[in-house]
Amino acid sequence: MEFRLSDRQIEPTMLLASLEDTRAGACVTFEGRVRGQSGGRAVSSLVYEAFVPLAEKEGMKILAEVREKFPIVDAVCVHRTGSLELGGLAVWIGVTAEHRSAAFEACRYIIDESKARVPIWKKEHYADGTTEWINCATRGPGAGGQPPQGG
Amino acid sequence: MKKSIHVSYFAILREQRGLGNEQVSTYAATAGELYEELRKRHGFTLPPNRLRVAINDDFEAWASEVRDGDTLSFLPPVAGG
Repeated sequence: MEFRLSDRQIEPTMLLASLEDTRAGACVTFEGRVRGQSGGRAVSSLVYEAFVPLAEKEGMKILAEVREKFPIVDAVCVHRTGSLELGGLAVWIGVTAEHRSAAFEACRYIIDESKARVPIWKKEHYADGTTEWINCATRGPGAGGQPPQGG
Repeated sequence: MKKSIHVSYFAILREQRGLGNEQVSTYAATAGELYEELRKRHGFTLPPNRLRVAINDDFEAWASEVRDGDTLSFLPPVAGG
């Protein structure tokens, strides 16, 4: 199992190869990509920042939880840091299991928990030249500490 | 006794402080007291109930004691994925 941050482009082909295992009858992958709009605003690019040692530690904790909860074979998650263009791959998750339902559920668990717990921050740059740290507003609709919509 | 604490800021806090790391000299007893002290000094917009704190690279409670030589990291609401 592996959870890591990468300041370079994620290569799904290599990650998939690392998950090859004849015990696994299912492989579920999730790709989080950079959307061109957020809360009705046109996004031009974004930047991820992370507290790397704690992010990797917390990520590995999530993978350990997933192994406890679901009968999986293996799980890998790589999350980008740095600057990304629209359509860019922000996070890649792959889970193998003997059967599909554990792979689906484990993959969902990893992305949901990662978004909620891993110290990674997203700054969106908008087409109008403004920027915003997501979830950090202290005024307006995003000020409650909850993301206004799923990312 | 005055303590010397290494402080790391991330994301919006790093921008509001204008730097990512600094050495702080403080009488604060807990992580929460230190954040309030720094928040007043630098005008951070986020209240502590929106943040988490890490001491020496582990999540800790705001009531945790800070010791001379500790590294404290103030973590804004996360937004990975």
